[in-house]
Amino acid sequence: MKADLNGTFENPVHEKHTCFHCGEACKDEVILFDDHQFCCEGCSVVYDLLKENDLCGYYNIDGAQGISPDVSYFSGKYDYLDLPEITEKLLEFTDGKLSRVNLLVPKMHCSSCIWLLEQLHRLNPAIRSSVVNFPEKKVRITYDAQQIRLSQLAELITRIGYEPYISLNDVEGKQIKKWNRTRLYKIGISGFAFGNIMMLSFPEYFHLSESISDQSLGNLFSILNLALSLPVFFYCASDFFKSAWSALKGRYLNIDAPIALALLCVFLTSLYQIITQTGPGYFDSLAGAVFFMLIGRYFQDKTYAGISFDRDYKSYFPVAVTVLKDGAETRVPITELRSGDHMLVRNQELIPADAVLLSPRALIDYSFVSGEAEPIERKAGDTIYAGGKQTGLSVELKVLREVSQSYLTQLWNNDTFARDKENQNQTLAARINKYFSVIVLAIAVLTFLVWALVLKNTEVAFNAFTTSLLVACPCALLLSSTFTNGNLLSLFGKNRFYPKNAHAIERLSHIDTVVFDKTGTITQVNDAEVEFIGKPLTEDELVMIKTLAIQSSHPLSRMLVKKLDDTTASRRTLSHFQEMEGAGIKAFWGKTEVKLGSAKWVGSASLIEKTDNASHVYVAIDGNIRGYFMLKSKYRPELEKTVKVLQDKGFGTYLLSGDKPTDKSLLAPVFGNESHLLFDQKPEQKLHFIKNLQQAQQKNVLMIGDGLNDAGALRQSDVGLAVSDDINNFSPACDAIVEGNQLIRLPAFINLAKSGQKIIKLSFAISLLYNVFGLTFAISGKLSPVIAAILMPVSSITIVLFTTITSNLAARKWLKN
Amino acid sequence: MSALYLLIIASLLVALGFLGAFIWSVRRGHFDDDYTPSVRILLDENESGQTVSK
Repeated sequence: MKADLNGTFENPVHEKHTCFHCGEACKDEVILFDDHQFCCEGCSVVYDLLKENDLCGYYNIDGAQGISPDVSYFSGKYDYLDLPEITEKLLEFTDGKLSRVNLLVPKMHCSSCIWLLEQLHRLNPAIRSSVVNFPEKKVRITYDAQQIRLSQLAELITRIGYEPYISLNDVEGKQIKKWNRTRLYKIGISGFAFGNIMMLSFPEYFHLSESISDQSLGNLFSILNLALSLPVFFYCASDFFKSAWSALKGRYLNIDAPIALALLCVFLTSLYQIITQTGPGYFDSLAGAVFFMLIGRYFQDKTYAGISFDRDYKSYFPVAVTVLKDGAETRVPITELRSGDHMLVRNQELIPADAVLLSPRALIDYSFVSGEAEPIERKAGDTIYAGGKQTGLSVELKVLREVSQSYLTQLWNNDTFARDKENQNQTLAARINKYFSVIVLAIAVLTFLVWALVLKNTEVAFNAFTTSLLVACPCALLLSSTFTNGNLLSLFGKNRFYPKNAHAIERLSHIDTVVFDKTGTITQVNDAEVEFIGKPLTEDELVMIKTLAIQSSHPLSRMLVKKLDDTTASRRTLSHFQEMEGAGIKAFWGKTEVKLGSAKWVGSASLIEKTDNASHVYVAIDGNIRGYFMLKSKYRPELEKTVKVLQDKGFGTYLLSGDKPTDKSLLAPVFGNESHLLFDQKPEQKLHFIKNLQQAQQKNVLMIGDGLNDAGALRQSDVGLAVSDDINNFSPACDAIVEGNQLIRLPAFINLAKSGQKIIKLSFAISLLYNVFGLTFAISGKLSPVIAAILMPVSSITIVLFTTITSNLAARKWLKN
Repeated sequence: MSALYLLIIASLLVALGFLGAFIWSVRRGHFDDDYTPSVRILLDENESGQTVSK
């Protein structure tokens, strides 16, 4: 047993068993089934199901590890999928007989998952085929809609452990695939045009068209080049123009604006040259630039394809809720919920709308909204705000406000959420590019004017004008930030830190103040320091306590169960189990009565409820109070060191908490100053605190939080960092996600972001050197197309190599060990 | 020089053929998932699970 249990009992000697299905150590009583050991009923049921259908090959695949099915599943959970309006939105295709649905299954994790999910037709013949897309964690199932309903399908894959994730976003329907394919078409077409234009420009590069017969051939080549560049200009490059135009309409210049301008100038001058037959144009450079830029962006986006940041609070809400109408239960989509409806909320279900409690008592877990760990008791007639989770028995509620008007969405609709950080703080690249494009344009125009008006040579004037625009084409500049940030994103990703995009990395490099949230951020979720105070308990008593605690879904019970890891819970049935919400639980173990709960519950008025910073669970066996468990939230072990490193580097550190100031004395030395610790903060107060830091003290704030309750603050901060131990299931409104145990590397991450900005500036300097070199020739009118054509890719390649190598070196420096 | 015209047309046609092939493969979804097929090919379709060992 762990030392933090005061060493009150001996380490129980029992053999370690591993579950045949899920591969986890069996914590409780082992279930023997078909000569294999299982950790729980769920796992053995899945095994049975697979065996029945001759699918045990699953276990033969290397690294196979089954998933224990979700215990919170209840039959009828997916009934709402059969509602015509929801089915219609989810199905990709249907002809009344065959239907196809693409389900997101976040739990697939290995090759055996792929195998099993593609063998679904052996589990149910109504399923015609299923095809997995592993990177997207999706399975596309074609099934006979007349034989199996969508809800039964979802139930089937839930039963084998792969619960599909269905959110309102899916139901509202979004098509990403189309976009991805369009992008590939554009790359393919621009690559095709680029290669062929290069080939047709060879004679031009080497001055082959001197004779008259070659001249006509040269004309043909020019016309072919023009024809090939039309789809590049009008189709492949359309995104640059659209983005630049929408930025212009919003009255600012984005990174695409100078690119669009350069592309337009090059295209128009080339067109002019072809029509007047004064030159061959620069279609090769045009197609090449578009091709390389598209590739750069494709890889940048691909790095992040796996993570969807576009989820909002709606992804946390249930899609449907049970509504009682004339005594009958129906599942209704929450968007159809009207005030006055009576809804039934089961154990562990989220309350989707503000409502009045009709049942006599409810125990609401608001940890999702306020961060408070202990559930709050509510009585009939009380108003319950959306976002709480019911724990315990099902409760009936009367809806007060429709979903879009409730408390959570109000918080969400705060100004902060409407604001787009990206547009306000332009990136370094965009800022430099803005000046750059203005300067280049000025130089080009000046050159043109000098040649045309002073030196009276219009032909050279045009040549010098276009070559200077071309040589100075900002694509090397664009590439420098695209490739540096793209590479940094993947380097961060390897260390399980996932910034949302390049903008987030740049803002991260400017951070000077770090604000921590408490619950779930610096404390570990579902893990607490547990100490037993009182007369030592025997092994048998511990078994009783664990077996009893398992029955309850109260957070304290769950923590207790988790802490009693090494104790084997018995499957012996407890009789007369009783749970009094807000008080405790009791049951009979044979003839022994076991009670767990508050001091009052175990029946001792003489015991005073302690008021120190921990939760207490009293234990009474047969009416004898044996003592109490003290549960203290546990801080991430690396917290102190991380904060210290940050402070040494001159970062301001603050703590915001929605909890009571219980651990103030403990945390004060870590954060150095009591004034940097704020407790009892409501979500709005957190938001205002950040706003105040930013506006009154001109700080760049990094907010580290975990969930909805600090969503406003995350959004308001310059960089909102969400701590999550499961990246598929993270908080909305953040700019970056980090895995809990990687939080210690935060200073290193910030340093790497800073190095990234330096690398971008350096590569800007390199490409400026190229530009100055090329421009001097271009202005003097000496630059021939062949040198311009060679200079451009060479500069781009140098930039790509430089940024990739240096950013990898920087990452090795900061993220070593 | 007329051979050159012919060759240019021929080379463009070949290139267009490859472009067509690329667009066709994108349209058929060959680039939607570049990981799963590499695993799928190693998995046995009709593996029987009677001799289970782990």
